[in-house]
Amino acid sequence: MKRYDLIIIGAGPAGLSAGIEAAKRGLEVIVFDENAKPGGQLFKQIHKFFGSKEHKAKIRGFKIGEELLKEANDCGVRVELNAIVIGLYLDKEVTVKIGDEIKHYKGDAVIVATGATENMVPFDGWTLPGVIGAGAAQTMMNLHSIKPGKRVLMLGSGNVGLVVSFQLMQAGCEVVALVDAAPKVGGYGVHASKVSRCGVPFYLSHTIIKAEGEECVTGVTIGEVDTSWKIVPGTEKHFNIDTICLAVGLSPMSQLLSMTGCKMKDTPGGYVPECDETGATSVPGIYGAGDVSGIEEASSAMIEGRISGIAAAEYLGFITKVELNEKIEELEEALQSLREGMFAPENRGKVLEKTDEGIDVSSNLLEMGYVDELEIGRFPGIRRVSGVHPAIECTQNIPCNPCEDACPRKCIKIGDKITSLPVINPDRDCSGCGMCVASCPGQAIFLVNEEYEPGFAAITMPYEFLPLPVPGDQGRALDRSGKEVCMAEIIEIKSLAAFDHTHLLTMKVPGDMVMKARFFRNMEGAQ
Amino acid sequence: MRIEEHPILGKPEEKRTIEFTYDGKTLAGLEGEPIAMALEAAGVMIHRYTKKYHQPRGVFCAIGRCTDCVMVVDGKPNVRTCITPLEGGMKVQTQYGVSAKAQ
Amino acid sequence: MSKIKDRLINLGEFVLQPDDDMIICRCEEVTKGEVRKAVHDGMFTLTEIRRYTRTGMGLCQGQTCGRLIKGIVARELGVAPIELEAAVVRSPMRPIEMKVLGNEGKEAR
Repeated sequence: MKRYDLIIIGAGPAGLSAGIEAAKRGLEVIVFDENAKPGGQLFKQIHKFFGSKEHKAKIRGFKIGEELLKEANDCGVRVELNAIVIGLYLDKEVTVKIGDEIKHYKGDAVIVATGATENMVPFDGWTLPGVIGAGAAQTMMNLHSIKPGKRVLMLGSGNVGLVVSFQLMQAGCEVVALVDAAPKVGGYGVHASKVSRCGVPFYLSHTIIKAEGEECVTGVTIGEVDTSWKIVPGTEKHFNIDTICLAVGLSPMSQLLSMTGCKMKDTPGGYVPECDETGATSVPGIYGAGDVSGIEEASSAMIEGRISGIAAAEYLGFITKVELNEKIEELEEALQSLREGMFAPENRGKVLEKTDEGIDVSSNLLEMGYVDELEIGRFPGIRRVSGVHPAIECTQNIPCNPCEDACPRKCIKIGDKITSLPVINPDRDCSGCGMCVASCPGQAIFLVNEEYEPGFAAITMPYEFLPLPVPGDQGRALDRSGKEVCMAEIIEIKSLAAFDHTHLLTMKVPGDMVMKARFFRNMEGAQ
Repeated sequence: MRIEEHPILGKPEEKRTIEFTYDGKTLAGLEGEPIAMALEAAGVMIHRYTKKYHQPRGVFCAIGRCTDCVMVVDGKPNVRTCITPLEGGMKVQTQYGVSAKAQ
Repeated sequence: MSKIKDRLINLGEFVLQPDDDMIICRCEEVTKGEVRKAVHDGMFTLTEIRRYTRTGMGLCQGQTCGRLIKGIVARELGVAPIELEAAVVRSPMRPIEMKVLGNEGKEAR
């Protein structure tokens, strides 16, 4: 039986990060992962991440995954794939299925970074082929280049539901509706806005009554629910679809930890180990890092992984307690800055009426998925000035600041507290370069020129779809709710390597549509 | 349906086209892709019928956890098609309960 | 230690509900009604429900239905789901063929 200094279970963001930090300090590390590819869910994330530079903001998830893998390889972290850990014992022995055998390994320390599994919600017809998890849709589209279906209904308005809905459209699927039983959108407002302006209707306070079809999904009926989750008669709506995506939350996969007998606690977010701030469980030498110790996101998982890797190094005597505390302090700060703002763990379930700056939040955003035209003017990123200037439709306090760094003229200010809403600096002139538009992970920034031509305004937006329109294409402009509001003509397409696949589309619309028009639907050729 | 070009990921990695059989029919797929993906691209949604109530099941989680996509592959039942790579000449059959024959 | 200590609590009559024929455990095809009836038959813990109805004993080992079963049992008992003790967890964490288990510790021989 082979002995390692550190055994890590799970080669996702937390597991790889832990391996890197431990290997850098001289530990002999092995990482077991049951999948054929490492990186966990990271390689399926094709959107740009939030946070700040140290959190790898504005970099796409799968790129972060590639960088992490390279760093792990460079540090000599050994990753064993197709290796299923079937048991973890109190004395830190693991039994692993590799090929057709069960092998035993002993670790002086063990970090469990097994992540989470998708929650389910049953409804009439949920076992029919065509009902898939949102993660399944991502796997199919982003790893295997397969469209999950032609017409999709998404259940769940948390970040996963919103992000995957957008990705479904990028893959060429039609998202006919986004449904959630809750009365308010659960995920980031900017993710919802991205989906809304493409024309996807949001049905909050609705649930699936029945998925129809004999051998696979051919249609679905949804209905409104009242406060006791009963269907309100007469509110039924039917859609012809072939796919239903479920995005109803994640639960930690903590079974290996509970097997060891470490103290566990049952929380509304799942069954998790009781850990201290380094991820140490009640069994000395066994740690939990990433989603397995509490659902957050990849950025937090990577930091937690690093912390646990360093803590394991100290536990085994490879570094001193002083070195541990120094490094931990820095990482804890980085972790804490991700845990602030409106979506902070402490704010879960709370109804927040105003932003940190005292501005009334957009209630329409939470109930319908888009900021109403009458509400948008409240926010500091929206200013009516002459000449081209940014319109920053960022209305919630979330930890994110790539726009501040992106502008070469320093037109956008967020400051030290990265949850602050971006403010336009009135003393600076915008050059119209569009770096802010391309850098915003929420695709919430537009460039607006109210006097492009007499009677016409020009609006530059982020565009991540194929086929790309070309200058001269005639089409319709859509407003934030996805409704067609006027004619539009494409005047410029800008695609630079620095924009990382976010093309800048500039369209010309009637002048009075300047505060309304926010998306373009081409009429040239078949869609 | 396969995605020919993706706005973010570009064109998929080039893979060799190979043949396999599905319930006796010859189909084409890409070497090394999960069997379930080759079937999905060919329009096949039903992977098996359940033991008790004979209900149709297909891909659900796509990462090898829910076991709804299992089929009989080269004579072996309960093979998770969403994570098993396709090989040329593979014999894939709809699973009825726990075997290939219709009950 | 079971959190539900009182085995004598009166759950009332078993009342049929319109969604009782909904499959909850997809692998073993156990319906919601069967789970609810099991609670009324005296199965008050998740481990007992598992042994009595086979929920969570199929190919996926409870990955899909676990949380749902917990919710149904909790509602039937009139308690919050977190008051139920988690089902006992044992190796193997994933379904393993007997011949693979038979190949255990091969290198030691």
